[in-house]
Amino acid sequence: MAEGVGEEKKKFSIWDLPDVPMGQLPPHLELQRSRVSCNKDAPIHTESIQYSGAYASMGIDNSSRLDRFSNNFRVEVVQLNKDDMEFDMIGIDAAIANSFRGILIAELPTMAIEKVLIANNTSIIQDEVLAHRLGLVPIRVDPRLFEYLSENDQPNEKNTIVFKLHVQCKRGSPRITVKLDALKWLPNGSELVKETRNATSDSSSKPETYTYFGCSQEIIPEFVKNPIIPKYPDIIIAKLGPGQEIELEAHAVKGIGKTHAKWSPVATAWYRMLPELRIDCNCRFLLF
Amino acid sequence: MEHGSFTDNSAATFSLTDEDHTIANAVRFTLNQDPRVTFCGYSIPHPSEARVNIRVQTTGDPAREVLKDACQNLMLMCRHVRSTFDKAIEDFKASNAVKAMKIDSQDSSGDDSEESE
Repeated sequence: MAEGVGEEKKKFSIWDLPDVPMGQLPPHLELQRSRVSCNKDAPIHTESIQYSGAYASMGIDNSSRLDRFSNNFRVEVVQLNKDDMEFDMIGIDAAIANSFRGILIAELPTMAIEKVLIANNTSIIQDEVLAHRLGLVPIRVDPRLFEYLSENDQPNEKNTIVFKLHVQCKRGSPRITVKLDALKWLPNGSELVKETRNATSDSSSKPETYTYFGCSQEIIPEFVKNPIIPKYPDIIIAKLGPGQEIELEAHAVKGIGKTHAKWSPVATAWYRMLPELRIDCNCRFLLF
Repeated sequence: MEHGSFTDNSAATFSLTDEDHTIANAVRFTLNQDPRVTFCGYSIPHPSEARVNIRVQTTGDPAREVLKDACQNLMLMCRHVRSTFDKAIEDFKASNAVKAMKIDSQDSSGDDSEESE
């Protein structure tokens, strides 16, 4: 008779209760898994529950398969201007979004001035300060058209852009401000001649310069339509008083932001969680 | 570099040089999604040195295979993100072009009416 009672008790199962949805988390756990709540003193549930077996005891598979991700993932562009952009990524985790942000800032290549060959600088701006300012100048060119320049390579038309700056302020004339529109692009390469110690060199051959351009960069079709210029021609580089002169050549190469921040293509990039406002129906509020 | 034991290859620590949180956090996320993984995490032994240690413990599969699969999944995910992103940009540009055209046609029709008068 005791066995009969035991059998009846075994047939009752908690999963038969009507209000436990099968295959889904109960609503409070789903809220904890997918939302960061901002409470009065600090946000809670900020760590995302990524472990595939986190809800294994409830029989729910937390692992995300690629097909589920592909179906649920959406991108919505909010704003797209020439210089900035804002878009929403829905269905992606904060870890991947943060990796994208880091890559945007540090690992996208751009062109920036690296070597500055100064022939004459009698201004009050020191050589190194002038070179530093030139390095930070943004150049309007597509970096995918160029290759990286490593230490063993010679600078040629495929990995270097050459600019020239020659300004002087004559005696008796007022002070001038040197803006970036004075920086001229030299599509044929460097014009500064290297001093060769070989006295028996052929005088009719071309003098050796600091770059070895095989052909002019002007003939590349992209540059015919958009000549390489600095992006903002009204940036001030230096100021000259009467009798002062600056003559220099700047070589720009390809690099990434990790090496030096001048190669970072973005002013900055950031992400935040999409805010969701839930208004609690129970509270009454006064409308003014 | 992989630190593990020759007898038990289901748990190992992988030491990656010249890396930082960017890839380590993303790989840790995809590793966690894999149901074969019992434990995974990453640490940076010293912030001045660009080195990352990723620890993977699995339910029996060799740890390096699981890591390779996780990297592959990450690559596919990024590829999908890229194509979705490109498509969203194109759609946005197309819808904006349509809006710009509508505004232009309204403006020009307004000008014509003013000139005729």
